[in-house]
Amino acid sequence: MYGKKVKLRVLFLLLVLTSIILSVYLILKLLEKDVVYFLSPTDIKNLTEINNQKIRVGGMVKDKSIMINSSEINFIITDFRNEIKVSYSGAVPNLFEEGKGVVAEGFLKNLNYLDASKILAKHDENYMPPEVKKALGGK
Amino acid sequence: MLASQIGYYALIIGLFFSILILPVSIQNFYSNKNLDGRIFSISFLQFFLVFLSFLSLILSFVNSDFSNETVFNNSHTTKPLFYKISGTWGNHEGSLLLWLLVLTFFIFIFLIKSNNQPKKYRILTLLFQQIIIIGFFLFILITSSPFNYLFPVPKEGMGLNPILQDPALAIHPPILYLGYVGSSIIFSASLAGLVQNYISKSWAKHIKIWILTSWVFLTVGIMLGSIWAYYELGWGGFWFWDPVENVSLMPWLCLTALLHCILVLEKRSSLTSWTVILCIATFTLSMSGTFLVRSGILNSVHTFANDPSRGIFILIFLFILILISLVIFFIYHRENTKDVNKIYFFSKETSILINNWFVMYFLSVVLIGTVYPIFLEVMSGEKISIGPPFYLKLMIPFLIFFLLFMSIGPNLDWIKSKNLKIKYQLVLLFIISILISFLILKNKGLTSLNNTVLITAAFYLFSTTLKDFFSERFINYSQRVSHFGFSLLILSILFNSIFSSEIITNIKVGENFFYKGGTIKLVSIENKKVNNYESIIGNFRLIDNNNNLTILKPELRIYNTPNTSTSEADIKTTLFYDKFLVMNLVKGNEYFNIRYQVKYFMIWIWISTLLLALGGTLSVFRRVNEK
Repeated sequence: MYGKKVKLRVLFLLLVLTSIILSVYLILKLLEKDVVYFLSPTDIKNLTEINNQKIRVGGMVKDKSIMINSSEINFIITDFRNEIKVSYSGAVPNLFEEGKGVVAEGFLKNLNYLDASKILAKHDENYMPPEVKKALGGK
Repeated sequence: MLASQIGYYALIIGLFFSILILPVSIQNFYSNKNLDGRIFSISFLQFFLVFLSFLSLILSFVNSDFSNETVFNNSHTTKPLFYKISGTWGNHEGSLLLWLLVLTFFIFIFLIKSNNQPKKYRILTLLFQQIIIIGFFLFILITSSPFNYLFPVPKEGMGLNPILQDPALAIHPPILYLGYVGSSIIFSASLAGLVQNYISKSWAKHIKIWILTSWVFLTVGIMLGSIWAYYELGWGGFWFWDPVENVSLMPWLCLTALLHCILVLEKRSSLTSWTVILCIATFTLSMSGTFLVRSGILNSVHTFANDPSRGIFILIFLFILILISLVIFFIYHRENTKDVNKIYFFSKETSILINNWFVMYFLSVVLIGTVYPIFLEVMSGEKISIGPPFYLKLMIPFLIFFLLFMSIGPNLDWIKSKNLKIKYQLVLLFIISILISFLILKNKGLTSLNNTVLITAAFYLFSTTLKDFFSERFINYSQRVSHFGFSLLILSILFNSIFSSEIITNIKVGENFFYKGGTIKLVSIENKKVNNYESIIGNFRLIDNNNNLTILKPELRIYNTPNTSTSEADIKTTLFYDKFLVMNLVKGNEYFNIRYQVKYFMIWIWISTLLLALGGTLSVFRRVNEK
């Protein structure tokens, strides 16, 4: 009915379309597992359940909360409304200080306790990550 | 003071000249005469004025003229001279001026180097380039003038962010910009070529030098940034899949595809539309990169100021450029019917096409990973970040096939490989690669299938490219060097990620830390005062299980202006591994937080990237000499 050329074109287009749809689907499926959500201590308090997903918590390091021993660093992240304890064994960035902004990445053990695997701080003194700024409510 | 004035007025006069080019060149376009000499003079003047403006900004920085707002925000009298100069482009305003400088410089070079090209094509390229240049002029003058005047004049500046005070990072922006801006010439030239229906073999030959040059600069620029991240950020890695890094990787991938595709156009005059699309995409990605980084959407050291009006300006500008290029593409795009060449399956063309598909796939992975979080935040307000596992999972399976194709592709002939009998050498090398990679992994006690396959593929590419050096058949040295560099790069990265080890602990002065591979002792701490910072130097003795002693002295620098600190890692580089030690101090605690890493094949990552760039450079010189 249709010419050979038309048939080939249609076949080709169908192939391209299915492969695009398939790849986008696969990518989004993968993204689901590998994305890290950003939460403030208040967001965490409002959680109803703890799932096994990696999260980032942002806020300020509470004054006089940093405790260090040879294997661990413990501190508290606060957004001045709620706070969360963090335990971490790993390298801290420059500018990790009490009273400064911080982002900790890890898994929640319970609603008050984060087991962090990574700590990020900002690159310069005057700069605050937008996440932290937002978590602090623009303070 | 005076310098800033000169700089400011030079910019305004420069804008005047770049607008003047438009009528002069349009008039010349419709006349029958040769290319008007005035065009050369005006575009030289344009370049010269921007250069003057840039020079006066450098002078203001060198003299610490704090009546200039940009200097005040980014400099300090105690800063070493070298960083005063590099501070010129270490900020938003100055770096834009550098963009403009390179833009005007490149179009001038283009004009004098394209004598053998058709007149109308040259003028059109100039016109498209002028649109970009005028856009940048306006952007700088309206939203981000580097010559704003401050009164009363402050006594002291705010200082440059200390982590930017580093030799690699001082030259990283100019080199990277040469690459980015080089793609603007490619963009303009491809649009001009489309309008003039001049996308042909001779066009490919002429534009290839520009593609190669931008590619080389982009490669070296990315590498410099990566080296800096390795020793300055203190994480011991060289690539973090951070959006800001991805933004420079995307144009690089696009250029790499273009670099190969232009060969098909040059040799076989096919793939014309695809070439043009790649030309447009490369520049669009460079511009979007600038937009994403400068607008503050991505936050990093590159984000200098979050002024929304700047972001909107670049966004509108970008939108206009994309619109223009798309309209031109659809109006002037013609099916190439003159000399259509059939593409056979076993040919170099096919393998280059396959290369392009793979590179486009990698590009889309990076693009999705970079853009999706931004998109999601706008749509739903959710904040997410996408880490390395995403990229690795999506890329590695395809990388394996990519490497295998890359080993075989260059061995095929143009048009049609007649020599289809299985080449025993290639099969033999493949078997050897499997054996070697299996042995290496067995030796290290790692036998995951994934790693074995990946290393086999990388080794196969390595051995085939190595073999090519000794075969008589090809004289294409540049391609061999680059491909060899790439295989070495992949191998080094693989070994680096498989073999490297890391120890993180907190340690007090005088304490010993015992781990599986040895002991770390913090012997003493030394305080020193250098002109613009105070430094704390740790004296570490590391003894491994074979009783080898290494002394590493990482440093912690505490700057006053701005009040911040940086860690300087101490790295002992040997042929096969780097010993990397970085320390950090948490204020008010006696514990030092240290990170000790043994990174395998680090130096080979840099060497192989240089080889990649060297291959490109060789090719540029060969082409220049051919003329």
